[in-house]
Amino acid sequence: MSFDYPDNLRYLDSHEYVRLEGDIATIGISAFAVDQLGDIVFLELPETGTDLEKGETFGTVESVKAVEDLKAPISGNVIDRNERLLEAPEELANDPYGEAWMLKIHISNPNDLNEAMTAEEYRALVEGT
Amino acid sequence: MVMPYAPLTFICNPDIVITPADSTALSRTPLYHLALEHKARMTPFSGWEMAVQFSGISQEHQAVRDRAGMFDISHMGKFVLTGVNLLEQLQPLVPSNLLPLQAGEAQYTVLLNSQGGIVDDLIVYYQGHTVNGTQRVSLIVNAATTLKDKTWLLDHLDLATVEFQDISLEKALIAVQGPAAVDLLQQLVTADLGSVKRFGHVECSVLEQPGFLARTGYTGEDGFEVMVDASVGQDLWRSLLSLGVLPCGLGARDTLRLEAAMALYGQDINDSTTPLEAGLNWLVHLDQKGDFMGRAVLEQQKQNGVSRRLVGLQMPGRNIARHDYPVLHNGTPVGIVTSGTQSPTLGYPIALAYVPTPLAKIGQALEVEIRGKPYPTAVVKRPFYKRAQYTL
Repeated sequence: MSFDYPDNLRYLDSHEYVRLEGDIATIGISAFAVDQLGDIVFLELPETGTDLEKGETFGTVESVKAVEDLKAPISGNVIDRNERLLEAPEELANDPYGEAWMLKIHISNPNDLNEAMTAEEYRALVEGT
Repeated sequence: MVMPYAPLTFICNPDIVITPADSTALSRTPLYHLALEHKARMTPFSGWEMAVQFSGISQEHQAVRDRAGMFDISHMGKFVLTGVNLLEQLQPLVPSNLLPLQAGEAQYTVLLNSQGGIVDDLIVYYQGHTVNGTQRVSLIVNAATTLKDKTWLLDHLDLATVEFQDISLEKALIAVQGPAAVDLLQQLVTADLGSVKRFGHVECSVLEQPGFLARTGYTGEDGFEVMVDASVGQDLWRSLLSLGVLPCGLGARDTLRLEAAMALYGQDINDSTTPLEAGLNWLVHLDQKGDFMGRAVLEQQKQNGVSRRLVGLQMPGRNIARHDYPVLHNGTPVGIVTSGTQSPTLGYPIALAYVPTPLAKIGQALEVEIRGKPYPTAVVKRPFYKRAQYTL
């Protein structure tokens, strides 16, 4: 099975992605993660204003059968969260890189992303090529 | 997230989960290759490599509630007993009175240990007398406990008069479940399925091969469980597929059984829970039979009341109570969730949990601790879902 992994994003091996625009990072989970989870029924995200530390658990996504922690790919302050997605987490299945973003973060250190994977590297990881 | 996720929440009994490193040692059912053909997602379960989902848990779940789905349950243990006075011999091992069973009838019951704890839950199918005058009983038990049950039965039956056959690996077992299941299956078998009562069973031709069909299941819907030779299993699966029966995995099997509040062995019931604690009072027949294993404990519990009970919980919010989450009362831990999921049919989270008897009343307000925080819940009636009665 092949999924879309946009080139302008960076990825973690724990399947979160980051879109960096200036000092604002948009965070979500990859299409591969959404497929692996199956029918997604629950999402928990931190409140706006929360300070996140790179690597810390910032939320939870649950499918009918699985519970997975969400890991912060970058440190910074949460300036927005996707309230619509919290109400309808099943929307992750439709547009994980667009409408179904999770958090917007005002980042404190762009070097946090130095070790994050490119789309090509991430695709190789999840497709085993 | 850490993925691909290996053992899922619903198979989290540490005794039965095989880690992926051991996956080469996993057994495969006669239908394993069909699951691969369907590109099912596979998972280790009780030592077997089983399909956890085909098209998606919610879709499979809905198909069983609305029309018909099929499950490969060939991993379950299958025993055949032949001999004399079989029901009399099984009688001391279970709290149910088996003696009223007529040929073609079955009883869901539990094997008990001396403390009244549940060794396993199982179905006893009484098949009556064979041509040479001996009796025949089939038992279907859980996959994880097949060896344990076999040892238990061999230790407790009189092997001078009972022949014990383990046919677990020789047979394929397919559950066909849903409101349309009986009509669809009817096209492939010779017996008149409509005349078989709930928990009834019959032997007949399935695709012109010998088969055993029982009107039983683990979904809360009408349907049959069909046992055929391993070599016939694949043909049966393909025939059902061409009739539009949707392949379903263990994921949907778990959400379906949980909505119907059917216990899962190793999770909701185990060696240290009694049937009275688990709300299985309807299969404890103290007044109808003599001594049986664990009777003293059950009598005492009946007289004094049980100290804890398995109850249904409904969560008013979106947070899902899962296996092993603590149950709180006014912030104090009082119990434990044994099974929990988002209910696909009802659209809200449901769970089974053991709580102290004084807190087991319908409507009782409690909390479930989820990732360190308490969330409100309330005790509700079991089952969570009940199908419209089918007519016979």
